[in-house]
Amino acid sequence: MSIDIEGISKTFGGFVALDNVSLKVPSGELVALLGPSGSGKTSLLRIIAGLETPDSGRILFDGKEATKRQVQERQVGFVFQHYALFRHMTVFDNIAFGLTVKPKKIRPGKQEIRDKVNKLLKLIQLENLADRYPAQLSGGQRQRVALARALAVEPQVLLLDEPFGALDAKVRLELRRWLRRLHDEIHVTSVFVTHDQEEALEVADRIVVMNHGRIEQQGTPSEVYDHPATPFVYDFLGSVNLFHGRVHEGTAQMGGINLSSPEYALANDAPAVGYVRSHDIAIERQAGDPGAIKAEVRYLLSVGPLVRVDLLLPDGNRTIEVDLTREEAERLQLSIGEQVFARPRKMRVFVDDYQI
Amino acid sequence: MAWSSGKNNVLPGFTPALGYTIFYLSLIVLIPLSALFFKTATLTWDGFVAAVTAPRVLASYRVTFGASLAAAVINAFAGVLVAWVLVRYRFPGKKLIDALVDLPFALPTAVAGITLASIYSQNGWLGRYLEPHGIKVAFTPLGIAVAMVFIGLPFVVRTVQPVLEELDQEIEEAASCLGANRWQTFRRVLLPTMLPAILTGFALAFARAVGEYGSIIFIAGNMPMVSEITPLLIITKLEQYDYAGATAIATVMLVVSFFMLLCINLLQKWSRRFAE
Repeated sequence: MSIDIEGISKTFGGFVALDNVSLKVPSGELVALLGPSGSGKTSLLRIIAGLETPDSGRILFDGKEATKRQVQERQVGFVFQHYALFRHMTVFDNIAFGLTVKPKKIRPGKQEIRDKVNKLLKLIQLENLADRYPAQLSGGQRQRVALARALAVEPQVLLLDEPFGALDAKVRLELRRWLRRLHDEIHVTSVFVTHDQEEALEVADRIVVMNHGRIEQQGTPSEVYDHPATPFVYDFLGSVNLFHGRVHEGTAQMGGINLSSPEYALANDAPAVGYVRSHDIAIERQAGDPGAIKAEVRYLLSVGPLVRVDLLLPDGNRTIEVDLTREEAERLQLSIGEQVFARPRKMRVFVDDYQI
Repeated sequence: MAWSSGKNNVLPGFTPALGYTIFYLSLIVLIPLSALFFKTATLTWDGFVAAVTAPRVLASYRVTFGASLAAAVINAFAGVLVAWVLVRYRFPGKKLIDALVDLPFALPTAVAGITLASIYSQNGWLGRYLEPHGIKVAFTPLGIAVAMVFIGLPFVVRTVQPVLEELDQEIEEAASCLGANRWQTFRRVLLPTMLPAILTGFALAFARAVGEYGSIIFIAGNMPMVSEITPLLIITKLEQYDYAGATAIATVMLVVSFFMLLCINLLQKWSRRFAE
């Protein structure tokens, strides 16, 4: 089922949670709503579910108006960050709940319910734990039960609110890959909310980046990562270095280097900010290229497969972060206090309030 | 875990703490109670049976335990409702009503008794409207139950309230996303979660009602065989210097109360089997 969100606005007291948001979720896709806390992503998800009513705007399911429909009629599966399992029921009864509360006329028989729950237990790989209570499960297991419970009623839409937020790092990684595989199998239209860019990039078909109740950018993970539309998106996806400088007639001057930025051909000495991802900077010993900045190695730190280098710029109070691969770091053999040259391989320039 | 007295325990002083606990409980609870049994033991077995099964005494058991049970049941329903309103809704004067709930705790029982008796008597504020309909409250077993409802209410409210406050709203949202209507959500999700607390409140209200004396004797009328409660019989016997007879009845009350509390505790344990 496709979801159309048209001009949704919502305020809580004086706080604008959503500001005229429009979005299309095509049928069968897995879409991530990505943004910092307070960006309105959870409010949007709750409005889609019907747990919250919008101040204005419409929600359409498969092109049909659904704004006024009750939660119970929307056929959405909702997975909460803190699982929201019924703690007085066994795993089996939790999963069966949605089936057993159906009106008598359409309620499946006891045996049918049992078969269905067993099938779901197999899907979430917890066949042996059907008689346990939620308190006896680990966080990852609880979230899988919550997912099975949501899937039991065969929802048209699956909505997940920071589903992995309360889990530890390793379980989170496993579970999100499992979710991706699961979605490839069952193809239910899914929207999930996260503040973790890595999670969104790995799991989603499409990413919607939100900030201050608005959509900043939407696209496939590689579109959003490689071509951020706004400084916010650049900043939010991955660690980034900022260079302050000026743009004049299509040439940007940033921290002592010149770059051509043809998109600002008409700019007249406008203040601008250059964004460079920390893995898009090369460190060299010789100032071979003209586009390199002299800097001093301040700090070296191994982070798993990467080596993080902090460089102090010549002005003496600003640092930039560079991520090197281990091989590169071994080749360079950097030491603290050494003078090197940093060369941005890729920089994106944004002029403040630039208008053509 | 129960016997973790070793040197590796994070909390020091297990031995003195346990020793103090046992000493204190003995001093405050066990010694007086055993004195009760010893005094009772001065009776012969036949004397004991005769004392505790006299028709007037049997009638008082029926009144006491019957009215206590009825009052506890009423309180269980009404208390849940009050707790629900206090937790779920916001309205002017909520703080005041919240404080009012504790009043039966704080009020001297005799004051409560006199107040209730005068309100429900023939010419009282409420009694004068009930009397023409044939409902006699004051000086009947019904009046005893009314007094017991009055003193027992806070126990249910105060045990259920924190559980309701801690209930996550997401639980209800999850239920409605799964298609449950409000009634199904209440019956299948909220009520089972509250049940252990309701049972605790019920047990406390019941125990309090069984032991209540001050507020009841004013409204009960104290007619032998009809509206006489067991604690009053004990007092009567004491006034007649029949100490052994008084303690014999007290022993029966003690054993019955203990047994009923035990049953309720088991029920409660069963109702929270999911929490392990």
